Amino acid sequence: MANFTPISAAVGGALIGLAAVLLMMLNGRIAGITGVFAGLIDPAGSDRVWRATFIAGLIAAPLSAILLGLTLPLPHMPSSLTVTAAAGLLVGFGTRLSNGCTSGHGVCGIARLSPRSIAATAIFMAAAIVVVALTRRVFGA
Amino acid sequence: MRALASLICGYVFGWGLFISGMMRPDKVLGFLDVLAIPSGQWDPSLAVVMAAALAVTGAGYAMARRRTPVFEEKNRWPTQSAIDRPLVAGSILFGVGWGLVGLCPGPAIANLASLSTPVVVFVVAMALGTLAHDLWFARGAAGRAPSLAPANADG
Repeated sequence: MANFTPISAAVGGALIGLAAVLLMMLNGRIAGITGVFAGLIDPAGSDRVWRATFIAGLIAAPLSAILLGLTLPLPHMPSSLTVTAAAGLLVGFGTRLSNGCTSGHGVCGIARLSPRSIAATAIFMAAAIVVVALTRRVFGA
Repeated sequence: MRALASLICGYVFGWGLFISGMMRPDKVLGFLDVLAIPSGQWDPSLAVVMAAALAVTGAGYAMARRRTPVFEEKNRWPTQSAIDRPLVAGSILFGVGWGLVGLCPGPAIANLASLSTPVVVFVVAMALGTLAHDLWFARGAAGRAPSLAPANADG
């Protein structure tokens, strides 16, 4: 487990949890990125101001990390922009259809012990594991 | 004040993603690659991120349930409970896209900070996927579009 980083994972995870709790205690909202993002860009969306500031904060964090002199590694993306775009479409459509992603279902939903969110998380994890197995082990180099 | 509160929440969330390493698709894929377990190359970090986030959120939500939020009249807890076909189908589609690139919506948006072209392409495609869904379901059976009631969305 050469790549395992348990301490930064635990600290970062706790901060994600703290953000979710704060958003509920202050604004009464679930910290689900799917819902925040969709309500911001959808013509039928609502409450755009707090959604926009949440997204702004999300982007401002890594920006301020750069200003502090920390390295923001360029994300390692597929060489094909077609694959990238197809994956983006699947993520956008899928999370909207299932009403949540890793944050809304995986963190906030499981924390509420919602059977719906537990099922969603098990399914998207399983699907992603199968895809990685196929792309890395069967078709990959 | 609501806007400032959510700015701070988004900022803390973003730091969490940054510190945890979850903005790095290679790290996420390193977790999803469970066939690497026998060789010792598997990276369980994502499981630790989730466990820590769940511990804090679970405890914090238990407190939040007993009070009203500071800047709103009431907490908006999700109201849906059925494990229905949209939930299952949507989760499969999301999982496939996540497995292809290693980015889910939060880290994808946070990575816009790098202004790298592939990330911008991914987020634009993600927005189009979201809008395609909403257009699709806004036309047909409105009853099948829980998504058009963001207040009750799971996340």
